[in-house]
Amino acid sequence: MTRRHIVSILLENEAGALSRVAGLFSARAYNIESLTVAPTDDPSLSRMTLVTTGTDDIVEQVCKQLNKLVDVVKLVDLTKDEHVERELILIKVKAENEQRDEVKRIVDIFDGQIIDMTDTTYTLEITGDSKKIDAVLKALQGITILEVVRSGQLGMGRGDKGMI
Amino acid sequence: MELTGAEIIIECLKAEGIDYVFGYPGGAVLHIYDAFYKQDDVQHILVRHEQGATHAADGYARATGKAGVVLVTSGPGATNAVTGIATAYMDSIPMIVITGQVPKHLIGNDAFQEVDSVGITRPIVKHNFLINDVKDVAETFKKAFYVATTGRPGPVVIDIPKDITAEVTEFVYPEKIEMRSYNPTVKGHYGQIKRAVDLILSAERPMIYTGGGVILGNGSEQLREFVRKLGYPITQTLMGLGAFPASDPLSLGMLGMHGTYEANMGMHHCDVMIAIGARFDDRVTGNLEKFCPDAKIIHIDVDPASISKNVKVDIPIVGEVAPVLDALNRALDKTDKTVNKGALEKWWAQINEWRSQDCLKYDRNSEKIKPQYVIEELHKVTQGDAFITSDVGQHQMFAAQYYGFDKPRRWINSGGLGTMGFGLPAAMGVQLAHPDETVACITGESSIQMCIQELSTCLQYSLPLKIVNLNNGYMGMVRQWQEFFYEKRYAMSYFDSLPDFVALAESYGHVGIKIEKPSDVRGALEEAFAQKDRLVFLDFITDREENVYPMIPAGAGMNEMILV
Repeated sequence: MTRRHIVSILLENEAGALSRVAGLFSARAYNIESLTVAPTDDPSLSRMTLVTTGTDDIVEQVCKQLNKLVDVVKLVDLTKDEHVERELILIKVKAENEQRDEVKRIVDIFDGQIIDMTDTTYTLEITGDSKKIDAVLKALQGITILEVVRSGQLGMGRGDKGMI
Repeated sequence: MELTGAEIIIECLKAEGIDYVFGYPGGAVLHIYDAFYKQDDVQHILVRHEQGATHAADGYARATGKAGVVLVTSGPGATNAVTGIATAYMDSIPMIVITGQVPKHLIGNDAFQEVDSVGITRPIVKHNFLINDVKDVAETFKKAFYVATTGRPGPVVIDIPKDITAEVTEFVYPEKIEMRSYNPTVKGHYGQIKRAVDLILSAERPMIYTGGGVILGNGSEQLREFVRKLGYPITQTLMGLGAFPASDPLSLGMLGMHGTYEANMGMHHCDVMIAIGARFDDRVTGNLEKFCPDAKIIHIDVDPASISKNVKVDIPIVGEVAPVLDALNRALDKTDKTVNKGALEKWWAQINEWRSQDCLKYDRNSEKIKPQYVIEELHKVTQGDAFITSDVGQHQMFAAQYYGFDKPRRWINSGGLGTMGFGLPAAMGVQLAHPDETVACITGESSIQMCIQELSTCLQYSLPLKIVNLNNGYMGMVRQWQEFFYEKRYAMSYFDSLPDFVALAESYGHVGIKIEKPSDVRGALEEAFAQKDRLVFLDFITDREENVYPMIPAGAGMNEMILV
């Protein structure tokens, strides 16, 4: 059965490490839904959160191939256990006249913020799991959206253990 | 002591015990060539094309188990090496490829002879490095050799900008290297080994299926003990030939697309399969849906990603072949359980019935030279003890089927990538590694032309190879497929434009012999191998439309072979 997996990867913070991961996916025809990467509190390490879909067998093979990359220090399939996920979205919308109040109400309902404004637009920031982000976009259907950027999924296992 | 980057490279190679580097100079590596000129410890072998350098280093590595080393310049030097790097990658061969790069300040500027070598080679290497600082040269080399030669081996590319080879720094070669992100497993899990022993001894129709991993992992001795202790039948992949002696009655020969009838039928009907250092390649399994329907599978491999990749296995054991087989052998010694003798006898009776098909028979009374006959005679003339390299195609399959390898590292061919042009340069590497051994390259008139320029290298370094050219005037395997699957529409043939190979060999300063009658085959081979100091090019004009049998057609199961 095909399902969505969130994979957390610690890798050496070196030039080319990202392209090794991305290249592996294209070379082996695996799919990437989203991918985020940035250095961690240890500047020699980057942490990547990667969302992919596939059968359990395929995702197991994906994880084995990723683990084989010399730059990969540690890898965890978060979906195997309890975990939290968050995504951030920035949305620039048209907001004039009565729409300004309506947008403000939607932002409040989703616990978001307006982080920039002009006479005719608002820029919104909303955080949550993917379902919430999808719901925000649905709620804004009556509003003209000028621009959207999503961070992609971040994830972390629940409980008292760290990744290393 | 302060040394230049170029001198440090030489020191690193010395520290790793490297005696030969195969390469071709160019602008970006001139400092390194200058450093080579000033020393005698590491000998540089000048090839005629960078592809030849990679295959020669590859052949050297396969024949010795040590890493082969290549040195090429930036741009076209690196891109010409790509085929050889991919060849080594697909067959897990330890290799270090040093590619020159334009000076650091020019990187990204589309400079003369600039390519992104690290980017181009990324999917075909185990790992690669771009050196940014002369202070990193020594450590990078240490890491490169460590990564290339441990775990599942593979090629490692080191890209080094020209300016770094001229800068100086203090040279210290690290004695040990630890990498937090790279720790290959060596020993198998004890619990898995115990479970494997139980399954092995419960078998009624067992098959041992081994691959190139046994050779790469130097597990041949342990494998022999294991197989003989059990008395189980063994079949070996194209890459695994020689790990277990072909002449042993327990050996069923090669399996797969052109494997023997008994090996493939044995695989299809087995109830317990013990896969060792093999990766269930599509040329082995045929149609996966029909693959070994009754088998419980034990799979030993150093690469966890090879396990359950194509075929789900029941008992995986991750570890190096030699220590895992050792542990299995000791566990078999200790257990009270025994093999099921009655069932095994019945199984062998069945296998011997399959064997009696004599699937490798061919027309021995033909008036044309049969390629199979040439290989059999070659075996006799060399007492079955030569190092044999091959190219890719029908001749490769004939060599694998008819030479009968009894020792590991004697059969050297491009199995995974299937690179035509591999055989001649690989043979150069083998001959340099073993100057006193007999080295023959079995090839065809198509493959040999893909790296024919290396005949010149052979003259320069007095490499007395014997080239066995099975010349049928066709790209034989292509023609065979066109005969079977395209109603004999032989698209692309060149019979009228082939060179005179005898004259060609002579113009390169070697000996050429053309053989056109079966009765001349033995004599020509004897004459050639008697010439210990000369390269002899034997041009055998063989039956034009001979096919490789048996054959599993694409999409068929292992029990659906085409026999002669």
